[in-house]
Formats: sequence, structure tokens, C-alpha cells
Amino acid sequence: MVTDNSEVNVKKINHILAQYKGESNLLIQVLLELQKELRWLPKEGLIRISQELNVPLRQVYHAVTFYKAFSLVPKGKYTVTVCMGTACHVRGAPRILDRVERTLGINPGETTPDLKFSLETVNCLGCCAIGPVMVVGDVYHGKLSLDHVKLTLDSYD
Amino acid sequence: MPKLKSTLELEELRKGIVSRRDPNRLCFTVCSGTACLAVGSQKTYAVFEAELERQGVKDRVDLRATGCPGFCERGPIVVVYPQAVCYLHVQPDDVAEIVSQSIDGQIVERLLYVDPVTGEKIAYEPDVPFYKYQNRLILGNNRLIDATKIEDYIALGGYKALSKALFDMTPEQVMAEIEKASLRGRGGGGFSTARKWRSTRDAPGEPKYVIVNCDEGDPGAFMNRALMEGNPHSVLEGLTIGAYAIGSHEGFIYVRQEYPLAAENIAIAIKQAEDYGLLGKNILGSGFDFIVKVHKGAGAFVSGESSALMNAIEGKVGEPRPKYIHTAEKGIWDKPSCLNNVETWADVPFIINNGADWFTSIGTERSRGTKIFSLVGKVNNTGLVEVPLGTPLRDIIYRIGGGVSGNKKFKAVQTGGPSGGCIPEQYLDSPVDFDELIKLGAMMGSGGMIVTDEDTCMVDFAKYFIHFLSEESCGKCVPCREGINHMLDVLTRITEGEGQAADIQLMEDLAGMLKEASLCALGQTAANPVLTTLRYFRDEYDAHIYEKRCPAGVCKALLAFYVDPDKCQACLICARNCPVNAISGGKNLVHVIDQSKCIKCGTCLEVCPPRFGAIKKTSGKPVPAPIPEQARVIQRKG
Repeated sequence: MVTDNSEVNVKKINHILAQYKGESNLLIQVLLELQKELRWLPKEGLIRISQELNVPLRQVYHAVTFYKAFSLVPKGKYTVTVCMGTACHVRGAPRILDRVERTLGINPGETTPDLKFSLETVNCLGCCAIGPVMVVGDVYHGKLSLDHVKLTLDSYD
Repeated sequence: MPKLKSTLELEELRKGIVSRRDPNRLCFTVCSGTACLAVGSQKTYAVFEAELERQGVKDRVDLRATGCPGFCERGPIVVVYPQAVCYLHVQPDDVAEIVSQSIDGQIVERLLYVDPVTGEKIAYEPDVPFYKYQNRLILGNNRLIDATKIEDYIALGGYKALSKALFDMTPEQVMAEIEKASLRGRGGGGFSTARKWRSTRDAPGEPKYVIVNCDEGDPGAFMNRALMEGNPHSVLEGLTIGAYAIGSHEGFIYVRQEYPLAAENIAIAIKQAEDYGLLGKNILGSGFDFIVKVHKGAGAFVSGESSALMNAIEGKVGEPRPKYIHTAEKGIWDKPSCLNNVETWADVPFIINNGADWFTSIGTERSRGTKIFSLVGKVNNTGLVEVPLGTPLRDIIYRIGGGVSGNKKFKAVQTGGPSGGCIPEQYLDSPVDFDELIKLGAMMGSGGMIVTDEDTCMVDFAKYFIHFLSEESCGKCVPCREGINHMLDVLTRITEGEGQAADIQLMEDLAGMLKEASLCALGQTAANPVLTTLRYFRDEYDAHIYEKRCPAGVCKALLAFYVDPDKCQACLICARNCPVNAISGGKNLVHVIDQSKCIKCGTCLEVCPPRFGAIKKTSGKPVPAPIPEQARVIQRKG
């Protein structure tokens, strides 16, 4: 687990935990909140959650590694999510993913060394009409063609 | 706002809302479902707001952000009431014209639906073929209401069924009505809803829980999302009626993490219902108490399985557990728990309002009512389609879906998500219901329907699902964890040209083992995509194994790209776009692809101007030898 003791993070962790006092069944909801706020889960956060919700750290770690939504390492400024749903698959999503990997030089789950982009895949975003789809940050780029991948990614700074 | 304390107060509130609304008033609705938002409907809505202000008509007309009407292919969609004029692909620049023309009672012709066959323009929503052949009981209200305003739902008769159940019916009568309606679960299994309710009610133990399963994990399916985003009160009303019948006072709504808007809208709906006294203590003064909490998932397909979902609600990891004891008896915290799909709950208010006899008049003998399907893939009209159960596949894909896109040839339709199967052309006249598709080796499942065409490789398609399931298997039981991975190895081998004759038998054996020995439905049904493609597309497997050829031209390891020297015009476009610089050539020099460098990404084929069509894709055959160096120079006339 990666650590991050910065004051800002500690503050954010405390703020989130204050809303979920000791309710162990809300473990995943708390983790989601923290992930959303920091975009990853530092070790300190997990330890504090374990203490506050009275859930063994082992169990917290189990949940964090089981679900796709959580990350134990810091994420890039933009998360690039390529939809790999069935509809996107038949419309060529694997080739789009190939191209994104090649353009960014990273595989899904990884982050570029300059912490600009993180690459993720998702099983379906439910906007099949505009497939193949790639989401950068919160902007959807639909009906993507191979030669537009680089152009799209280059437009972010 | 004061809580409603009786049916009378609810009816008075409704009358008040309706009387303040003029049915003839001009109303612009903008779809705000996820797919339309993705193509910019939020901006369109903002421009409408500004435009109404600018043209000074803000007080005379209404503007409403509505749920998804289903025609996602043509978003952003704007419908202008009361005439229901339907505009498609509406861009911010179109808004001013729509507003001014609508006020003058005119129609903006250029934004209407054009019939691809007759070329005729169709102005009114109900006449558009995509809608015309549907029966939108459940989904239909999406386009009439703003999901964040309970008043919109109440105006359309919302919570009438709840008050009828609470005041005019006993819990047993509600149960009997659902039983008589033969409602079956919309989540995939098709289990009798009434039987599930009854087992939960009769199981010993208090409290009892009711749960909405909105962990819609099947890729290519988004029916539940559209309902939760667009009409959350209908689900909430159904859930509350169910809780009353079962004797539950606490409910959960489990929403997958990938659906943030659905989670947001249902949370708003709960708050509003509580404020009106339609949820919480002493609902409508009936003495019945019921509270609802929202739980968000965190990205795990297997958590949609009922026992796994209940573990997740307890704050544990969402892994399934053996079901020797049904969750109806021992579910959340080992208490009796009843879990139904979003659409199943949304059916309940309709049945209570209109009666079981009305409901059973729709659909087939063993599958009553309507079902929403998500029609996606290589089809012209991608979107959500609601039809009576028993409607033939052909009607859904061709009459409503407008057929296969890009003038390609239909190959198969995949139904039922990763547990389902592929249905080939010869069975397109089969009626879609719970039982018929199972006979074909597929299943209706939760309603995903993915159309594939001649460019889809069925071996690769089967591999796609097996790969999906190998990643989503929780790993708790060995048969599923190892069996699916083994199957993926075999399929990968086949698609890479390393397939062996014995592989087919091996996969069939693995399929049998998965079905018999897996802990939950994920593993038990995992082999279905392989089994149905083997059943109907065995020739494609054979081509991969024996001829090392991919007939659809998808499996990379079996493909090669080359430049047809007779067609190449040496324009350099392919060379410039090749990501690995594998294409040599220059001005007036026919291009050649270096096969040792080529990564078979297909970019050259995509960018080569169609009027040249010089890039060729081949499979199972060697690439023609490059032409001699001196012959590469193009002699141009003039």
C-alpha cells in the first residue's frame, strides 16, 4: 500500500468518516466516497476507516482489491476509460483500446509517468448507441475511429 | 411541505397539480438520459433555457428535462408537446428555430425522422416506426416526466396504486393479484414473483427486507438504468407495495457504481416521497411504515447475483454463497429477504392499478406483460424497445430496430448477456419469452439484445464473453475460477491459429463441468456463449482450427493486410497513419506493407480513400509477393 500523509488528505479522510460513524455495513460506501475525493486510497485512509468503522484492516483490504472502482496507487489527472461492452466490442472497441494503449504507452490499470493519464476499461457504460466510446475525465467521445484516438488524447493538457 | 395523511389528500394534491397544468400549453422536452447527455443534451437544454428567455416566451411555455425515451441512436432528442413533434439529433444551433417555429405552430422539417425506405418525413413521435410498433407501458412515462420532480409522477396517477393497496386491499389480496397476473422476474431467471414474495413473507424471522437489484452488469444492457434515471418513483412505488404485501419495513436499492445518475435520481425520489409522507412512518396515514436506503456497488459483475448482492449490502465483499437455504429465508443478516429486478418492481403498480386480468391479456400464456429490451450492436436504431412478451425477434430487429446497419448481412443476435447465447437467422421468427429462447440454447435474461453482422467472428465473440467472465469470476469456487480460465486458454489458442481438433470436445467437457459444479449462476451458465456458437457456427470454429482462417476477418493472428498494386495511387495517407511505420512508398511509388513490422491494427484499411480501396485484408491465404521494385513507379497520364 502506498502512503500519503499530507495534511489535506488527512482532513478529507476525517471529513468523510465523520458522516459514517461506526456503521460497519457502510464500509464500501465510505471507500467509494474516499476514492471519489482523492481518486485513490492511501494506506492511512484504509487504517483510519478500519478503526472508525471497527472493521478488520484485512477485510478493508479484501474489499478494496475485490472491486474495480478502487485504486491503491495515485491516479493521473485524467482517467481514460474505454468501454469494452458487447455493443462496443462488435463495433471495434478492442482496436480502439489497442490504439489508446499504444498512444499513451500504458496498459489498463496503469498511469503515465507524468501522472497525466490513467487508463481503465469498463464493461459497459450503457450508451451503446454511440459506441465505440471512450471517456476522458467526464467527457464522452463517441463513435470513435482509430485515427481520432490520438487527436482526442492530444487535445488534453 | 405537509405530509399526506390519506388517500383523499393524495387525490387533492393530484387534482391541484393537474389543474395548474394546461394540457394544451407548449412544452419542450429534452432527453436527459445518459446516452443523450453523452452527446451533449445538457448543452441543448441550457440553450433552450436561454432561448426561451431571449424570445420572451418563458412564461408561456414549459421546458422539461426528461428521462430516456429509448431512441438513443438519434440523440439528443427533443419532443414538443402537446402535438408530440419529435426532433432528432438536436444541436444547440437548432434550438432558436425550434422555439420560434413551434410558437408559430410550425414544424422544423429538417430535424424530423426520415423513413429510410420511402424518404417520407415523420413529424409525430407515435408515428415514428421505432415507437409505433412498441407497447411502452413501463418506459412510456419516462418521456413525460422530470425524474427529479415527484409532482410530475403524481400528475400521471403516481402512487395511486400504493394508496389502493394500502387502503382497499389486504397484504394477501395484493399477493394474490400479483400471483394471478403470473408476473415473472425480469432480471433473467424468470422466477415467479408471487412465489418469491410468499416465501419471504412466510419465512420465520424479523425484520424482513425487500431489495431492488439495479446492479445491471450485463454488457450491452441498460434498461434498468433508463428506468431508474427516468422514472424512479415507479420503482419506489412498486417496492413499497411489495413491502406491504410481504410485511417488510425496510428496503434497499442496490445501484451499480457505473450508474451515478441513477443513484442520484433515486436518492432524490426517496427524499421527495418521504417529504410527502409516501415513504417513512405511517404512509398516507395507513399505519404502514417503510424506509428505503440506497447502496452503491463498486464495480463487480458477480455482485448482481442475489446472495452476493446481499453480502455487499452488509458491507462485505460481494461474493456469492451456496444457496442451500434460499435468500428468501436467510438473506441480509440472515433475515428473510426478497430481491427483485428494477423492471419487476416497476410492473407492480401497473398490475395493482389495472388488475391482473388486464396484465395477463398482454404477452403469451406463460410469459405475461411487456419486457424492455436493449437493442444494440450492428443495428440501425440502437435503443430501448418495450414490446409484449412473445414478439418475434424479427419484429424487434427489423420493424423497430430498422435492420442491420451499414447494409451488412445479419449473422446472429446475442441475447441474455454473458449467460445467454447467439441465435442465428433461421430462428428469427421465434417469439421472445422466458421459455422459447431457452429451447434455442439462449435465454431472454434481463433483456440485452446484441445484433451481429458478417463482420463479427463468432469464435472471437464467444471468447469475448469468456474473457469477460474470467475477469468477473470472484474465484471463490474452483470449477468457475479454473474452468472458465481453461476455456479462455482454449479459445485464445483457436483464435491465434493454434487450435487442435480435440479442442471442441475439450470445451464441451469443460462446459458440462462448469454447469454441474459451479457455486452460482455465473459459472453454471458461463459456457452458454460457447455452446450456442458451437451449435450454430461450428463452421467458423472449423475454419479457425483446420484452415487457420478467420472468415469474418477479425482474429488478428490469422489476418494479413497488403496493398493491391493495381489500385494504389501512392497518396501516402496509409503510410502517414500507420502507427508502426510498416508502410514504405513515396510519391508515385506504389506502397508496400512490411509484413514483419505490421501489427494488423487495420488503420490503413480504415484510412485508404474508398475510391481507391487499395488495402486488402486476407485470412488463411498467403499475402501475394510484392511487385518488383521497378514496377512500383506509377506512370501518370499528362
